[in-house]
Amino acid sequence: MYVGVDVVSVNEVSRSLERFGERYVRRVFTPGEAAYCRAATGRVAAERFAARFAAKEATLKALRPDTTAIDWRSIEVRRHASGWCDVVLHGEAAALAARQGIESLALSMSHDAGCATAVVVAQVVARTFNRES
Amino acid sequence: MSTDTTEAIRTILREYGRLAEDVTKLSDQSDLFQAGLSSHASVTLMLALEEHFEVEFPERMLHRRTFASIAAIRACLSELHGASA
Repeated sequence: MYVGVDVVSVNEVSRSLERFGERYVRRVFTPGEAAYCRAATGRVAAERFAARFAAKEATLKALRPDTTAIDWRSIEVRRHASGWCDVVLHGEAAALAARQGIESLALSMSHDAGCATAVVVAQVVARTFNRES
Repeated sequence: MSTDTTEAIRTILREYGRLAEDVTKLSDQSDLFQAGLSSHASVTLMLALEEHFEVEFPERMLHRRTFASIAAIRACLSELHGASA
């Protein structure tokens, strides 16, 4: 089992949205993530983007990347109708997870007091270890 | 690439890197993540570099190594400028 955690300043994300606008969103978030975040406005939208960025970085930490280049958009947060969110991997992120023997990911996100945070737990396929007799 | 390029990287780093350390005290080889560069700040740094140098970092460069030091950033920019020449 691997775990990753990250914390992001909502103000920092808000500044990036103001300074770089669409280019920032397009380079980091999938169209689905952007649509959900932009369904809100102002501070709430920035909190949603910040929580998703924290989730991407937490996932990256749980994947334990070697020298692989990972596009931020290959780690996607998907929100279910019930409100719970999952991580879905694409491209190089999915390939890296397969190489690491990761069979599932669990995500939890939150935001308060100007920060967004996320924790990701990666379930690794059971391995057989040699025991000394 | 020129001294001007290095100075431009340092200026952008000062504005967008949100480092815990003074940029003027860093060598070209100093580890920027050890100096306080967060993953999110590395994204805004990338966007600011792209804007200033009129390049786009391709997917294969979206790695911590690209932004690990001023020298590493300069090497990637040099490669991108070479590719567009």
